[in-house]
Amino acid sequence: MTIGAIYLNDDEIKNHVLVPKHEILNAKDKDAVLKKYNITVEQLPKILKEDAAIKSFGVKTGDVVKITRKSVTAGISTYFRTVI
Amino acid sequence: MDESVVQDVLGLYEEKIDKSDLSAKEKSALKKSLKDRYTNMYYDCGEAIGVIAAQSISEPATQTTLRSYHRAAGIGLNITQGLPRILEIFDARKEPVTPAMKIYLQKEFNTKEKAIKIAASIKETNLKHIMTLDSLDLGNMTVEVELDKKLIEKLSIEPDKIVSAVKRKIKNLNGSIEGNKIIFEINKDKVTVKDLQTLRFKLREVHVKGIKGITHCIVEKTSNEFVLYTLGSNLIKVSKIEGIDISRMKSNNIFEIVETLGIEAARTTIVSEITDTLRGQGVDTDVRHLLLVADTMTQSGDIQAIGRYGLSGSKSSVLARANFEETIKHLVDAAVHGLSDELNGIVENVMIGKTARVGTGLVEVVMKTQETPVKVVKEKKE
Repeated sequence: MTIGAIYLNDDEIKNHVLVPKHEILNAKDKDAVLKKYNITVEQLPKILKEDAAIKSFGVKTGDVVKITRKSVTAGISTYFRTVI
Repeated sequence: MDESVVQDVLGLYEEKIDKSDLSAKEKSALKKSLKDRYTNMYYDCGEAIGVIAAQSISEPATQTTLRSYHRAAGIGLNITQGLPRILEIFDARKEPVTPAMKIYLQKEFNTKEKAIKIAASIKETNLKHIMTLDSLDLGNMTVEVELDKKLIEKLSIEPDKIVSAVKRKIKNLNGSIEGNKIIFEINKDKVTVKDLQTLRFKLREVHVKGIKGITHCIVEKTSNEFVLYTLGSNLIKVSKIEGIDISRMKSNNIFEIVETLGIEAARTTIVSEITDTLRGQGVDTDVRHLLLVADTMTQSGDIQAIGRYGLSGSKSSVLARANFEETIKHLVDAAVHGLSDELNGIVENVMIGKTARVGTGLVEVVMKTQETPVKVVKEKKE
Protein backbone atom coordinates (compact mmCIF):
# COMPACT_ATOMS: atom_id res chain seq x y z
CA MET A 1 0.00 0.00 0.00
CA THR A 2 1.21 3.47 -0.80
CA ILE A 3 2.59 5.63 1.95
CA GLY A 4 0.07 7.97 3.54
CA ALA A 5 -2.95 5.93 2.51
CA ILE A 6 -5.88 6.11 4.87
CA TYR A 7 -7.22 2.84 6.20
CA LEU A 8 -10.76 1.92 7.00
CA ASN A 9 -11.46 2.28 10.70
CA ASP A 10 -12.02 -0.75 12.88
CA ASP A 11 -15.79 -0.49 13.06
CA GLU A 12 -16.04 -0.23 9.30
CA ILE A 13 -13.98 -3.38 8.92
CA LYS A 14 -15.84 -5.25 11.65
CA ASN A 15 -19.26 -4.43 10.24
CA HIS A 16 -18.39 -5.28 6.66
CA VAL A 17 -20.40 -8.13 5.17
CA LEU A 18 -17.30 -9.91 3.90
CA VAL A 19 -15.59 -9.97 7.31
CA PRO A 20 -16.71 -12.80 9.62
CA LYS A 21 -16.45 -12.58 13.38
CA HIS A 22 -12.89 -12.86 14.70
CA GLU A 23 -12.17 -13.68 18.35
CA ILE A 24 -8.97 -14.40 20.20
CA LEU A 25 -9.04 -17.59 22.22
CA ASN A 26 -7.80 -17.61 25.79
CA ALA A 27 -5.17 -20.13 26.83
CA LYS A 28 -7.70 -22.67 28.03
CA ASP A 29 -9.81 -22.61 24.88
CA LYS A 30 -6.69 -22.70 22.74
CA ASP A 31 -5.48 -25.86 24.43
CA ALA A 32 -8.91 -27.41 24.06
CA VAL A 33 -8.90 -26.72 20.31
CA LEU A 34 -5.41 -28.13 19.84
CA LYS A 35 -6.31 -31.19 21.85
CA LYS A 36 -9.56 -31.73 19.99
CA TYR A 37 -7.85 -31.85 16.60
CA ASN A 38 -4.66 -33.42 18.00
CA ILE A 39 -2.34 -30.86 16.38
CA THR A 40 0.27 -28.28 17.29
CA VAL A 41 -0.19 -24.54 16.79
CA GLU A 42 2.05 -24.54 13.69
CA GLN A 43 -0.28 -26.89 11.87
CA LEU A 44 -3.19 -24.45 11.95
CA PRO A 45 -3.79 -22.08 9.01
CA LYS A 46 -2.14 -18.71 9.50
CA ILE A 47 -3.25 -15.12 9.83
CA LEU A 48 -0.87 -12.18 9.77
CA LYS A 49 -0.42 -10.09 12.90
CA GLU A 50 -1.12 -6.94 10.87
CA ASP A 51 -4.20 -8.39 9.16
CA ALA A 52 -6.83 -5.68 8.86
CA ALA A 53 -9.49 -7.65 10.70
CA ILE A 54 -7.41 -8.32 13.83
CA LYS A 55 -4.88 -5.49 14.00
CA SER A 56 -6.93 -3.64 16.61
CA PHE A 57 -6.98 -6.64 18.97
CA GLY A 58 -3.34 -6.32 19.97
CA VAL A 59 -2.52 -9.94 19.23
CA LYS A 60 0.87 -11.59 19.58
CA THR A 61 2.50 -14.37 17.62
CA GLY A 62 1.20 -17.78 18.60
CA ASP A 63 -2.30 -16.67 19.53
CA VAL A 64 -5.18 -18.56 18.02
CA VAL A 65 -8.02 -16.65 16.39
CA LYS A 66 -11.44 -18.23 16.20
CA ILE A 67 -13.38 -17.27 13.12
CA THR A 68 -17.11 -17.81 12.99
CA ARG A 69 -18.15 -17.91 9.38
CA LYS A 70 -21.52 -18.04 7.76
CA SER A 71 -21.28 -21.08 5.59
CA VAL A 72 -23.34 -21.92 2.54
CA THR A 73 -23.20 -25.61 3.29
CA ALA A 74 -23.21 -25.84 7.07
CA GLY A 75 -25.06 -22.79 8.36
CA ILE A 76 -22.38 -21.56 10.72
CA SER A 77 -18.87 -22.94 10.69
CA THR A 78 -15.88 -22.23 12.88
CA TYR A 79 -12.34 -21.96 11.66
CA PHE A 80 -9.09 -21.42 13.51
CA ARG A 81 -6.04 -19.48 12.45
CA THR A 82 -2.84 -18.95 14.31
CA VAL A 83 -1.25 -15.51 14.39
CA ILE A 84 2.15 -15.16 12.73
CA MET B 1 -17.50 -34.78 11.11
CA ASP B 2 -19.15 -33.68 14.30
CA GLU B 3 -22.67 -34.82 14.99
CA SER B 4 -23.31 -31.25 16.15
CA VAL B 5 -22.74 -29.90 12.62
CA VAL B 6 -25.38 -32.21 11.25
CA GLN B 7 -27.74 -31.04 13.95
CA ASP B 8 -26.98 -27.39 13.12
CA VAL B 9 -27.79 -27.88 9.47
CA LEU B 10 -30.92 -29.86 10.15
CA GLY B 11 -31.90 -27.23 12.69
CA LEU B 12 -32.31 -24.79 9.83
CA TYR B 13 -35.08 -26.92 8.39
CA GLU B 14 -36.44 -28.47 11.55
CA GLU B 15 -38.59 -25.49 12.39
CA LYS B 16 -40.12 -25.37 8.94
CA ILE B 17 -40.84 -29.06 9.04
CA ASP B 18 -42.43 -28.80 12.48
CA LYS B 19 -44.69 -25.96 11.35
CA SER B 20 -45.87 -27.72 8.21
CA ASP B 21 -49.11 -29.67 8.23
CA LEU B 22 -47.56 -33.07 7.67
CA SER B 23 -48.43 -35.95 9.93
CA ALA B 24 -46.02 -36.89 12.70
CA LYS B 25 -44.93 -39.98 10.81
CA GLU B 26 -44.22 -38.03 7.64
CA LYS B 27 -42.32 -35.42 9.62
CA SER B 28 -39.95 -37.91 11.16
CA ALA B 29 -39.52 -39.67 7.81
CA LEU B 30 -38.64 -36.36 6.17
CA LYS B 31 -36.15 -35.53 8.88
CA LYS B 32 -34.54 -38.92 8.56
CA SER B 33 -34.21 -38.67 4.81
CA LEU B 34 -32.72 -35.18 5.14
CA LYS B 35 -30.20 -36.45 7.62
CA ASP B 36 -29.34 -39.42 5.42
CA ARG B 37 -28.88 -37.18 2.45
CA TYR B 38 -26.56 -34.93 4.35
CA THR B 39 -24.47 -37.72 5.82
CA ASN B 40 -24.30 -39.42 2.43
CA MET B 41 -22.54 -36.36 1.06
CA TYR B 42 -19.56 -36.83 3.37
CA TYR B 43 -16.25 -37.69 1.85
CA ASP B 44 -14.79 -40.94 3.08
CA CYS B 45 -11.67 -40.82 5.17
CA GLY B 46 -8.63 -40.72 2.91
CA GLU B 47 -10.47 -39.46 -0.16
CA ALA B 48 -8.24 -37.34 -2.40
CA ILE B 49 -10.48 -34.29 -2.19
CA GLY B 50 -7.91 -31.95 -3.74
CA VAL B 51 -7.81 -33.95 -6.94
CA ILE B 52 -11.58 -34.13 -7.07
CA ALA B 53 -11.82 -30.36 -6.53
CA ALA B 54 -9.24 -29.72 -9.24
CA GLN B 55 -11.10 -31.83 -11.76
CA SER B 56 -14.50 -30.49 -10.78
CA ILE B 57 -13.32 -26.96 -11.49
CA SER B 58 -11.06 -27.48 -14.48
CA GLU B 59 -13.30 -29.71 -16.53
CA PRO B 60 -16.15 -27.18 -16.70
CA ALA B 61 -13.59 -24.39 -17.04
CA THR B 62 -12.56 -25.82 -20.41
CA GLN B 63 -16.10 -25.25 -21.58
CA THR B 64 -16.21 -21.59 -20.66
CA THR B 65 -15.51 -18.91 -23.20
CA LEU B 66 -11.89 -18.23 -23.92
CA ARG B 67 -11.77 -14.58 -24.67
CA SER B 68 -15.07 -12.85 -24.43
CA TYR B 69 -16.39 -9.96 -22.46
CA HIS B 70 -19.58 -9.65 -20.62
CA ARG B 71 -21.50 -6.44 -20.63
CA ALA B 72 -22.48 -5.86 -17.05
CA ALA B 73 -25.51 -3.72 -16.43
CA GLY B 74 -26.22 -3.22 -20.09
CA ILE B 75 -24.03 -0.26 -20.93
CA GLY B 76 -20.35 0.25 -21.15
CA LEU B 77 -18.75 -1.96 -18.56
CA ASN B 78 -16.70 -4.75 -20.07
CA ILE B 79 -15.60 -7.04 -17.27
CA THR B 80 -13.34 -10.03 -17.86
CA GLN B 81 -15.32 -13.24 -17.76
CA GLY B 82 -14.87 -16.90 -18.41
CA LEU B 83 -11.53 -18.66 -18.46
CA PRO B 84 -9.31 -15.55 -18.36
CA ARG B 85 -10.99 -14.43 -15.16
CA ILE B 86 -10.72 -17.87 -13.56
CA LEU B 87 -7.01 -17.99 -14.39
CA GLU B 88 -6.59 -14.51 -12.99
CA ILE B 89 -8.02 -15.58 -9.63
CA PHE B 90 -6.13 -18.87 -9.35
CA ASP B 91 -2.86 -17.26 -10.44
CA ALA B 92 -3.41 -14.55 -7.80
CA ARG B 93 -2.53 -11.70 -10.14
CA LYS B 94 -1.88 -8.49 -8.24
CA GLU B 95 -4.24 -6.46 -10.39
CA PRO B 96 -7.14 -7.86 -12.39
CA VAL B 97 -7.37 -6.79 -16.04
CA THR B 98 -10.66 -5.12 -15.30
CA PRO B 99 -10.90 -4.17 -11.63
CA ALA B 100 -14.49 -3.43 -10.75
CA MET B 101 -16.57 -2.47 -7.76
CA LYS B 102 -20.14 -2.86 -6.72
CA ILE B 103 -21.32 -0.11 -4.42
CA TYR B 104 -24.51 0.06 -2.44
CA LEU B 105 -25.95 3.25 -1.01
CA GLN B 106 -27.21 4.14 2.41
CA LYS B 107 -30.97 4.18 2.82
CA GLU B 108 -31.39 7.94 2.88
CA PHE B 109 -29.33 8.30 -0.30
CA ASN B 110 -31.31 5.73 -2.21
CA THR B 111 -32.97 7.96 -4.77
CA LYS B 112 -32.20 8.34 -8.45
CA GLU B 113 -30.90 11.91 -8.19
CA LYS B 114 -28.63 11.23 -5.24
CA ALA B 115 -27.33 8.02 -6.81
CA ILE B 116 -26.41 9.88 -9.98
CA LYS B 117 -24.74 12.60 -7.96
CA ILE B 118 -22.67 10.08 -6.00
CA ALA B 119 -21.75 8.32 -9.25
CA ALA B 120 -20.52 11.65 -10.61
CA SER B 121 -18.34 12.21 -7.58
CA ILE B 122 -16.81 8.75 -7.88
CA LYS B 123 -16.05 8.73 -11.60
CA GLU B 124 -12.67 10.16 -12.51
CA THR B 125 -13.18 13.41 -14.39
CA ASN B 126 -10.29 15.03 -16.21
CA LEU B 127 -10.39 18.38 -17.95
CA LYS B 128 -10.62 16.62 -21.31
CA HIS B 129 -13.92 15.06 -20.32
CA ILE B 130 -15.65 18.35 -19.61
CA MET B 131 -14.34 20.58 -22.40
CA THR B 132 -15.59 20.98 -25.90
CA LEU B 133 -12.55 22.66 -27.43
CA ASP B 134 -9.03 23.69 -26.53
CA SER B 135 -7.11 26.03 -28.80
CA LEU B 136 -3.94 28.11 -28.89
CA ASP B 137 -4.25 31.87 -29.09
CA LEU B 138 -0.99 32.77 -30.82
CA GLY B 139 -1.69 36.51 -30.69
CA ASN B 140 -1.76 36.66 -26.87
CA MET B 141 0.28 33.46 -26.44
CA THR B 142 -2.40 31.77 -24.31
CA VAL B 143 -4.33 28.52 -24.27
CA GLU B 144 -8.10 28.75 -24.36
CA VAL B 145 -10.26 25.98 -22.99
CA GLU B 146 -13.94 25.98 -23.78
CA LEU B 147 -16.03 24.14 -21.21
CA ASP B 148 -19.08 22.02 -21.81
CA LYS B 149 -21.58 24.09 -19.90
CA LYS B 150 -24.30 21.49 -19.62
CA LEU B 151 -21.90 18.83 -18.43
CA ILE B 152 -20.24 20.87 -15.70
CA GLU B 153 -23.64 21.85 -14.40
CA LYS B 154 -24.68 18.23 -14.35
CA LEU B 155 -21.53 17.23 -12.50
CA SER B 156 -21.76 20.39 -10.34
CA ILE B 157 -18.20 21.50 -10.99
CA GLU B 158 -17.41 25.19 -10.58
CA PRO B 159 -14.99 26.83 -13.01
CA ASP B 160 -13.03 28.29 -10.04
CA LYS B 161 -12.33 24.78 -8.84
CA ILE B 162 -11.03 23.80 -12.25
CA VAL B 163 -8.59 26.71 -12.23
CA SER B 164 -7.32 25.86 -8.76
CA ALA B 165 -7.02 22.17 -9.68
CA VAL B 166 -4.96 23.11 -12.71
CA LYS B 167 -2.78 25.46 -10.68
CA ARG B 168 -2.04 22.72 -8.18
CA LYS B 169 -0.94 20.41 -10.96
CA ILE B 170 0.96 22.80 -13.25
CA LYS B 171 3.22 25.48 -11.81
CA ASN B 172 3.74 29.05 -13.11
CA LEU B 173 0.33 29.43 -14.59
CA ASN B 174 -2.39 32.04 -14.57
CA GLY B 175 -5.98 31.21 -15.30
CA SER B 176 -8.86 33.60 -15.87
CA ILE B 177 -12.48 32.78 -16.46
CA GLU B 178 -14.28 34.49 -19.28
CA GLY B 179 -17.83 33.26 -19.62
CA ASN B 180 -17.66 29.76 -20.95
CA LYS B 181 -13.92 29.82 -21.49
CA ILE B 182 -10.89 29.56 -19.27
CA ILE B 183 -7.77 31.28 -20.55
CA PHE B 184 -4.43 29.99 -19.31
CA GLU B 185 -1.31 32.07 -19.47
CA ILE B 186 2.25 30.98 -18.73
CA ASN B 187 4.24 33.16 -16.30
CA LYS B 188 7.41 33.37 -18.35
CA ASP B 189 9.24 36.07 -20.27
CA LYS B 190 9.47 34.33 -23.58
CA VAL B 191 6.69 31.90 -24.31
CA THR B 192 7.20 29.72 -27.36
CA VAL B 193 4.57 27.94 -29.35
CA LYS B 194 6.10 24.66 -28.19
CA ASP B 195 5.43 25.64 -24.56
CA LEU B 196 1.81 26.26 -25.41
CA GLN B 197 1.51 22.93 -27.18
CA THR B 198 2.88 21.03 -24.16
CA LEU B 199 0.61 22.99 -21.85
CA ARG B 200 -2.39 22.13 -23.96
CA PHE B 201 -1.71 18.40 -23.66
CA LYS B 202 -0.94 18.66 -19.97
CA LEU B 203 -4.20 20.53 -19.36
CA ARG B 204 -6.23 17.73 -20.89
CA GLU B 205 -5.00 15.28 -18.28
CA VAL B 206 -5.62 17.47 -15.23
CA HIS B 207 -7.71 15.64 -12.68
CA VAL B 208 -10.72 17.73 -11.72
CA LYS B 209 -13.12 15.53 -9.84
CA GLY B 210 -13.72 11.97 -8.69
CA ILE B 211 -11.39 9.13 -7.79
CA LYS B 212 -8.36 8.40 -9.88
CA GLY B 213 -8.47 5.05 -11.63
CA ILE B 214 -12.24 4.74 -11.71
CA THR B 215 -12.98 5.27 -15.34
CA HIS B 216 -16.65 4.38 -15.39
CA CYS B 217 -19.41 4.52 -12.86
CA ILE B 218 -22.93 3.63 -13.77
CA VAL B 219 -26.12 3.49 -11.78
CA GLU B 220 -28.43 0.55 -12.01
CA LYS B 221 -31.72 -0.05 -10.32
CA THR B 222 -32.23 -3.46 -8.83
CA SER B 223 -35.61 -4.55 -7.53
CA ASN B 224 -35.54 -2.27 -4.49
CA GLU B 225 -32.47 -0.07 -4.56
CA PHE B 226 -29.92 1.70 -6.70
CA VAL B 227 -26.53 0.07 -7.13
CA LEU B 228 -23.40 1.63 -8.59
CA TYR B 229 -21.08 -0.41 -10.78
CA THR B 230 -17.63 0.94 -11.40
CA LEU B 231 -14.72 0.07 -13.62
CA GLY B 232 -11.59 0.59 -11.60
CA SER B 233 -11.34 -0.05 -7.91
CA ASN B 234 -10.32 1.90 -4.83
CA LEU B 235 -12.04 0.72 -1.67
CA ILE B 236 -10.54 3.24 0.71
CA LYS B 237 -11.22 6.35 -1.34
CA VAL B 238 -14.73 5.26 -2.21
CA SER B 239 -15.43 4.66 1.48
CA LYS B 240 -14.76 8.34 2.20
CA ILE B 241 -17.59 9.47 -0.07
CA GLU B 242 -20.78 10.44 1.66
CA GLY B 243 -23.77 8.18 1.21
CA ILE B 244 -21.89 4.96 0.48
CA ASP B 245 -22.89 1.89 2.44
CA ILE B 246 -19.39 0.91 3.52
CA SER B 247 -20.44 -2.41 4.99
CA ARG B 248 -21.58 -3.72 1.62
CA MET B 249 -19.12 -2.29 -0.91
CA LYS B 250 -17.32 -4.97 -2.88
CA SER B 251 -14.37 -5.13 -5.19
CA ASN B 252 -13.08 -7.88 -7.45
CA ASN B 253 -9.48 -6.98 -6.69
CA ILE B 254 -8.59 -9.66 -4.17
CA PHE B 255 -5.29 -8.13 -3.10
CA GLU B 256 -6.99 -4.85 -2.35
CA ILE B 257 -9.49 -6.74 -0.19
CA VAL B 258 -6.66 -8.40 1.77
CA GLU B 259 -5.09 -5.06 2.50
CA THR B 260 -8.24 -3.28 3.55
CA LEU B 261 -10.45 -6.01 5.03
CA GLY B 262 -8.18 -8.92 5.89
CA ILE B 263 -7.62 -12.48 4.78
CA GLU B 264 -11.05 -13.83 5.67
CA ALA B 265 -12.77 -11.26 3.50
CA ALA B 266 -10.42 -12.22 0.69
CA ARG B 267 -11.36 -15.84 1.07
CA THR B 268 -15.05 -14.98 0.80
CA THR B 269 -14.31 -12.89 -2.26
CA ILE B 270 -12.35 -15.67 -3.97
CA VAL B 271 -15.28 -18.04 -3.50
CA SER B 272 -17.89 -15.56 -4.68
CA GLU B 273 -15.80 -14.39 -7.65
CA ILE B 274 -15.20 -17.92 -8.94
CA THR B 275 -18.81 -18.89 -8.31
CA ASP B 276 -20.06 -15.83 -10.17
CA THR B 277 -17.69 -16.39 -13.07
CA LEU B 278 -18.67 -20.02 -13.42
CA ARG B 279 -22.38 -19.27 -13.01
CA GLY B 280 -22.08 -16.60 -15.68
CA GLN B 281 -20.92 -19.32 -18.03
CA GLY B 282 -23.71 -21.65 -17.05
CA VAL B 283 -21.48 -23.99 -15.05
CA ASP B 284 -22.72 -25.24 -11.73
CA THR B 285 -19.72 -26.47 -9.75
CA ASP B 286 -20.39 -27.49 -6.18
CA VAL B 287 -19.35 -24.67 -3.89
CA ARG B 288 -17.46 -27.01 -1.57
CA HIS B 289 -14.73 -27.50 -4.13
CA LEU B 290 -14.29 -23.76 -4.31
CA LEU B 291 -14.28 -23.48 -0.53
CA LEU B 292 -11.45 -25.98 -0.39
CA VAL B 293 -9.45 -24.07 -2.99
CA ALA B 294 -10.06 -20.74 -1.27
CA ASP B 295 -9.09 -22.15 2.11
CA THR B 296 -5.88 -23.52 0.64
CA MET B 297 -5.03 -20.29 -1.15
CA THR B 298 -5.43 -18.27 2.04
CA GLN B 299 -3.95 -20.69 4.56
CA SER B 300 -0.59 -18.92 4.76
CA GLY B 301 -2.25 -15.67 5.86
CA ASP B 302 -1.67 -14.12 2.46
CA ILE B 303 -2.99 -14.98 -0.98
CA GLN B 304 -0.99 -17.77 -2.60
CA ALA B 305 -1.34 -18.56 -6.26
CA ILE B 306 -1.93 -22.10 -7.39
CA GLY B 307 1.15 -22.75 -9.47
CA ARG B 308 4.90 -22.72 -9.64
CA TYR B 309 5.43 -19.68 -7.44
CA GLY B 310 2.56 -20.40 -5.10
CA LEU B 311 1.20 -23.56 -3.60
CA SER B 312 2.92 -26.13 -5.80
CA GLY B 313 6.24 -24.39 -5.23
CA SER B 314 5.85 -24.46 -1.47
CA LYS B 315 5.11 -28.17 -1.07
CA SER B 316 7.33 -29.74 1.51
CA SER B 317 8.26 -32.77 -0.56
CA VAL B 318 11.23 -32.38 -2.92
CA LEU B 319 10.05 -35.05 -5.33
CA ALA B 320 6.57 -33.56 -5.54
CA ARG B 321 8.02 -30.19 -6.48
CA ALA B 322 10.43 -31.75 -8.96
CA ASN B 323 7.54 -33.63 -10.49
CA PHE B 324 5.55 -30.45 -11.06
CA GLU B 325 7.85 -27.98 -12.80
CA GLU B 326 11.53 -27.05 -12.94
CA THR B 327 12.65 -30.59 -12.14
CA ILE B 328 16.41 -30.02 -12.31
CA LYS B 329 16.36 -26.90 -10.16
CA HIS B 330 14.57 -28.66 -7.32
CA LEU B 331 16.67 -31.82 -7.46
CA VAL B 332 19.95 -29.89 -7.53
CA ASP B 333 18.75 -27.72 -4.66
CA ALA B 334 17.85 -30.78 -2.64
CA ALA B 335 21.20 -32.40 -3.36
CA VAL B 336 23.14 -29.30 -2.39
CA HIS B 337 21.28 -28.84 0.87
CA GLY B 338 21.02 -32.53 1.70
CA LEU B 339 17.23 -32.62 1.96
CA SER B 340 15.28 -35.77 2.57
CA ASP B 341 11.83 -36.82 1.41
CA GLU B 342 9.36 -38.57 3.67
CA LEU B 343 7.48 -40.09 0.71
CA ASN B 344 4.11 -39.21 2.17
CA GLY B 345 2.49 -37.69 -0.89
CA ILE B 346 0.88 -39.27 -3.91
CA VAL B 347 3.37 -38.39 -6.65
CA GLU B 348 6.35 -39.56 -4.64
CA ASN B 349 4.77 -42.93 -4.14
CA VAL B 350 3.77 -43.21 -7.79
CA MET B 351 7.41 -42.51 -8.71
CA ILE B 352 8.82 -45.28 -6.58
CA GLY B 353 5.98 -47.67 -7.31
CA LYS B 354 4.52 -47.92 -3.83
CA THR B 355 0.90 -47.69 -2.79
CA ALA B 356 0.07 -44.04 -2.27
CA ARG B 357 -1.33 -43.10 1.09
CA VAL B 358 -4.76 -42.08 -0.14
CA GLY B 359 -8.10 -43.80 -0.19
CA THR B 360 -7.78 -47.46 0.65
CA GLY B 361 -4.00 -47.06 0.65
CA LEU B 362 -4.30 -45.08 3.83
CA VAL B 363 -4.98 -48.12 5.97
CA GLU B 364 -2.83 -51.19 6.11
CA VAL B 365 -4.99 -53.82 7.71
CA VAL B 366 -8.75 -53.94 7.37
CA MET B 367 -10.79 -56.18 9.59
CA LYS B 368 -14.43 -57.00 9.17
CA THR B 369 -15.89 -56.03 12.50
CA GLN B 370 -19.05 -58.05 11.91
CA GLU B 371 -17.32 -61.39 11.84
CA THR B 372 -15.52 -62.85 14.81
CA PRO B 373 -12.12 -61.21 14.83
CA VAL B 374 -10.36 -64.32 16.19
CA LYS B 375 -11.02 -66.27 13.04
CA VAL B 376 -9.59 -63.56 10.80
CA VAL B 377 -6.41 -63.31 12.81
CA LYS B 378 -5.92 -67.05 12.64
CA GLU B 379 -6.27 -67.06 8.89
CA LYS B 380 -3.71 -64.32 8.57
CA LYS B 381 -1.19 -66.22 10.65
CA GLU B 382 -1.41 -69.28 8.48
